[in-house]
Amino acid sequence: MRPLRLSAYTLTSALGAGLADHVAALRAQRSGIVRQHWETIDFEFCMGEVAGVDGVVLDSAFARYDCRNNRLAQLGLAQDGFAERVREAIARHGASRVAVLLGSSTSGILNSEIAYRHRDPQTGRLPEDLYYRETHNSYSVADFVRRYFQLSGPASVVSTACSSSAKVFATAARMIDAGLIDAAIVGGVDSLCLTTVYGFSSLQLVSPDPCRPFDASRNGISIGEGAAFALLERPDTAVAGEVWLTGAGESSDAYHMSSPHPEGLGAQHAMRSALASAGLQPADIGYINLHGTATPSNDAAEDAAVCAVFGTQTPASSTKGHTGHTLGAAGGIEAVICALVLTEGFLPAGVGTTTQDPALHCHYLLSQRDQQVQHVLSNSFGFGGSNCSLVFSRVQA
Amino acid sequence: MNSVYLEGISVIGPGMPDWPMARQVLRQESALEIAPVTLTAPDILPATERRRAGAATKLSMSIGLAAARDAGLDPATLANVFTSTGGDCDNCHALLETLASDDRMVSPTRFHNSVHNAPAGYWSIATHCMAPSTSLCAYDATLGAGLLEAATMALGNGQPCLMIAFDTAYPKPLFQLRPIPYPFGVGLVISPVPTATSRAELKLSLVSTPADVMADTGLESLRQQIPAARALPLLQLLARQTAGRVVLDYLEGCQLAVEVVQ
Repeated sequence: MRPLRLSAYTLTSALGAGLADHVAALRAQRSGIVRQHWETIDFEFCMGEVAGVDGVVLDSAFARYDCRNNRLAQLGLAQDGFAERVREAIARHGASRVAVLLGSSTSGILNSEIAYRHRDPQTGRLPEDLYYRETHNSYSVADFVRRYFQLSGPASVVSTACSSSAKVFATAARMIDAGLIDAAIVGGVDSLCLTTVYGFSSLQLVSPDPCRPFDASRNGISIGEGAAFALLERPDTAVAGEVWLTGAGESSDAYHMSSPHPEGLGAQHAMRSALASAGLQPADIGYINLHGTATPSNDAAEDAAVCAVFGTQTPASSTKGHTGHTLGAAGGIEAVICALVLTEGFLPAGVGTTTQDPALHCHYLLSQRDQQVQHVLSNSFGFGGSNCSLVFSRVQA
Repeated sequence: MNSVYLEGISVIGPGMPDWPMARQVLRQESALEIAPVTLTAPDILPATERRRAGAATKLSMSIGLAAARDAGLDPATLANVFTSTGGDCDNCHALLETLASDDRMVSPTRFHNSVHNAPAGYWSIATHCMAPSTSLCAYDATLGAGLLEAATMALGNGQPCLMIAFDTAYPKPLFQLRPIPYPFGVGLVISPVPTATSRAELKLSLVSTPADVMADTGLESLRQQIPAARALPLLQLLARQTAGRVVLDYLEGCQLAVEVVQ
């Protein structure tokens, strides 16, 4: 693929708001996962909640868009000067030439979950203050961001569960290649809701303790929430230190709705295809940000796939022990973490993991490593067997 | 952007049980008679899934199979774009009812069916398709988003791509907020290069001029009520097998023009 520059990027998760909080937490191997009560859920669980979301107030023009997911989106857009960089790009390219392509799994469904408790007992009608279009519908967050920047270019939400906000990078690359747009706001926003807490609990995939990816005693995910954004543009020149999207690969497992293929066949296809699109060999990749959800079967399948493609020497870790599994935002969050790995010159060790499962053979990092690498790969795999791998590269001096 | 080429087409909607019937209606050879849409679970689904399949899976899979068959291509080989405003909205309603009840424990199946890409997941399993697949939503602009994605995916991968646009009727009480009355689906197989069997060359572009409307009031009503039926002006042009240009409703300030070259 023709590379795209990440002209600006930011992320907000349980680790904090903005890049600096994340660099500090990753370097310190600090987790943002906390055991607590949330909403009306009658049991405690370990989760990666973003601080301050409830206190975010949307501009009055966006009153109908008010929901946890869009509050989190607005909080995220306000970090690291991201919104200013977007406005500069709009001034350069024009409002019709900038797309909004975001990933989300559950959007603002929390509003509908609460509204269903307040249906009219006689008629079953929903309360009048539920704005389905602006909150619950999957498109909500892209609609909100498009209006926030007063854009008139293409927009959509990719909703492929936990690969959603990785796939938007590939969508943007195709749209820019086709000449439809000059720039794209990509990323993902997903927020806590009852659907995922009770849903993953029903599948017995929620860990009673903060999650431990690739650990011998791993026993499930910790649900998190987050917002990540990147501004993608075609680079005019190569400036040393810039981070570029250089490869993307997508595939389907065609195996099972909620379990991965045991040998990670689909995952292998996605990684190989990403490498091919970047024109790189496996040995060129200096770090892999694993999907690493910490369920026994997901990590085993991913390990098999990584070892099949890369062997057992490439340093790898999952950052879900830090942030929790931010589901539809995970691909975007981990893309930005990959950018930090490239610019800050360190490889983050996993957190929560004390002993690598002896049945897993990839080179899982248990301690921090200061090392400048040039190319990194990020994996995102979702329910329904939806796989996406991205390659990011640092422009050399 | 570069031209793409139409290889296959399918339609299922009220009064239009398949493309041949839809073509007659769109050519105004027979009147649109709104009849209930009969959806069946394709027999490529395993028996247990066939029994459990909801309207979204039945509709999207039928649309996809018919379009691939029309193109003479094996679905297992086709990258695909699922695009739907609400996915499986019946499943969503059932889940919301459970979460608002005294016993909130949802069934695992309900939960994994709640992801927007569940129909795409069932499709890949049933057709053994490991090619790239995406699942989109853009509220009323969902059809335009899917068509753009399918065209750019075909061009980007250098391989044909199947677009499956589908919406199903919303159940109460969500219907109060999203009054989609009937299921409607459109399948298009799009190739990045012309083939011996290409139906038409399509030139897509983004414009700011208003979207075309249907002259027939019944068809126009469908176009306005169901996001997937926003394709009707294009389908009419294809049904007439004439060259021409239509503007499809997409986003505020951004419409999707399609020039059809026969």
